[in-house]
Amino acid sequence: MRAELAALFTKFVRYSAHWRGLWPAPLLIAAIVLVPAAGPLFHALFPDLRNPIYGRASFLELTLAHCQLVAISSFVAAAVGIGLGIFVTRESGREFAPIVSAIAAAGQTFPPIAVLALAIPSLGYGAAPTLAALAVYAILPILEATITGLHAVPAGARDAAIGIGFARSDLLRRIELPLALPFIVAGLRNAVIINIGTATIGSSVGALSLGSPIIEGLSASNPAYVLQGAIIVGLLAVTSDRLFDWLEGSRLFLDLKGGGFNGG
Amino acid sequence: MPVVHNRVLLALCCAGALGVGFGGFLEVAPNRLARGLALPLWQAPFPEAAAIIIFLSLLALLAFMRQDKQRSIATVLAAAGVLWGSLAGAGHFAALLARADLPAARSSLGLAFWTLVAIAFLAMVDAAQRAKPPLPLRIGFGLALGVGFVLMAQAGTFADLSLAKEFSSHRAIFFSQLWRHIGLVAGALFFALMIGAPLTALALRRASMRCAIFSSLGVLQTIPSLALFGVLIAPLSALSAQWPFLHDVGIGGTGAAPAIIALTLYALLPLVRNSYTGFTEVAAEVKDAAAGIGFNARQIFVSVEFPLAAPALVSALRVVTVQSVGLAAVAALIGAGGLGAFVFQGIGQYVMDLVLVGAIPIVLLALAADFSFQMLLAAARRRM
Repeated sequence: MRAELAALFTKFVRYSAHWRGLWPAPLLIAAIVLVPAAGPLFHALFPDLRNPIYGRASFLELTLAHCQLVAISSFVAAAVGIGLGIFVTRESGREFAPIVSAIAAAGQTFPPIAVLALAIPSLGYGAAPTLAALAVYAILPILEATITGLHAVPAGARDAAIGIGFARSDLLRRIELPLALPFIVAGLRNAVIINIGTATIGSSVGALSLGSPIIEGLSASNPAYVLQGAIIVGLLAVTSDRLFDWLEGSRLFLDLKGGGFNGG
Repeated sequence: MPVVHNRVLLALCCAGALGVGFGGFLEVAPNRLARGLALPLWQAPFPEAAAIIIFLSLLALLAFMRQDKQRSIATVLAAAGVLWGSLAGAGHFAALLARADLPAARSSLGLAFWTLVAIAFLAMVDAAQRAKPPLPLRIGFGLALGVGFVLMAQAGTFADLSLAKEFSSHRAIFFSQLWRHIGLVAGALFFALMIGAPLTALALRRASMRCAIFSSLGVLQTIPSLALFGVLIAPLSALSAQWPFLHDVGIGGTGAAPAIIALTLYALLPLVRNSYTGFTEVAAEVKDAAAGIGFNARQIFVSVEFPLAAPALVSALRVVTVQSVGLAAVAALIGAGGLGAFVFQGIGQYVMDLVLVGAIPIVLLALAADFSFQMLLAAARRRM
């Protein structure tokens, strides 16, 4: 009985150690819930302000809008970036690899804010230019990571798979992509973190996001709004980063890497 | 059936044809606020429009030829022709459209123009990747393009484009904002080096500190720029209210101080991580050999470790500089000035040409920093 309890305990410790990297998540939830109720605190910090709590939209609403912008744009960027990365590493698309790599490298020196501003003439103000700019910009790190990952697949692994009779599509799906997955996920992580930051600036072109209290606070000289938006979006970014860290070490990921995408 | 020898070039020409077919070459509006009317390329002045079409067809034709040195040179020249035609055509077109009775009318560059410029540059990059010309030739050609552009600008080719009008009406502020932008980046680099060097030394000496340093710098790196800029405002304004001398030296809640602090914090992770890797990769045998011939710790550092880690340091500086140039643009939102001020002012007034007055130099600055550090890196590697 005691041995069983001990085993259960070690299991619990190991399990919780696995989750320990996610420490910012409860902080994020606490901040979303508690900031609206923290009126007295912000009043004490900034006694001159009439309205110490941002009230244009609830923080939950802002967080969800922010996550929506980042999720949709990252998803589109991942589809395009991974697809393009696969294309230029195939026989048929190899000719395009140098120019695509050059575009991806030079494009990443463009500041995200410039991409954001240049999307306005065609798409107007609001969420649309922000979404488009986020998606276009996020393609670059994902594309670069996919190309790097697929190039890093050892020739031996490829040859062995061909030797035992893998078809081209199977080779990609069961050997190359699983081996390149750590690189691709690292690129995706990079893209998501950049997007969380750029979506914040997206408020300056009229998108609703956690940047809205910051931008409004800056223009109306209300440091309390700025602080509230900044704390929550900072925690959101750190949480997402930790989430990727956790994902990269989790069982699911190791299964994908080891056994091919069809779980075989 | 003709054989395609360069599918990249053919794809670029198709993209160019689509841009010309569906996008406006110039967009004209009666004033700053009204929506523009897109004018296609075929309404542009004949000589330049014809030159663009001819050079574009020439590029497409070259895609069907065997790729050798002569064809690559021809590709670069045809691409330069497209570039020249687009620039001169846009300027000439705007001059024709300009009317004395409508001084507020605007001619902005349209989608077709930007597509043509982009494919011209990409065709040149593609040709350079195939023919692999020596570096001096590439730099010389780049300089020639730059000089050509400046000469065209001096001759007043672009004077009637609203981008040029926006630029000349902000000329005085433009250069001060440009220097301010560079100053913000340089200040952040300076402080990042000052703080990064001892942090790297600490990470190298103390294994126990390493994890703490990297994870806390990692968290800082993740925080959105606008949030970090914003968070610094309240404590800094409190400090400068407390100690007036801080206010007198220009440190306050808004302005350059929070911008430089935030940019410094962002620069620390790439700087410390790369220099840490650079120093750990110096082989122990080399250090042992140096110690064996009687070098002391200081001499080993100065003449063995530092030169061997130099390429890693330079590539760290490259990443950090490019990143800071982009992030400094956001600092305009907290009153730090810099080229980002034009971008946000343009967004606020819905004047895209003003956005471009800020955005184009930011991109050029980032590309120039990237290029110069790449040259420096090549030099550092050659010396090894």
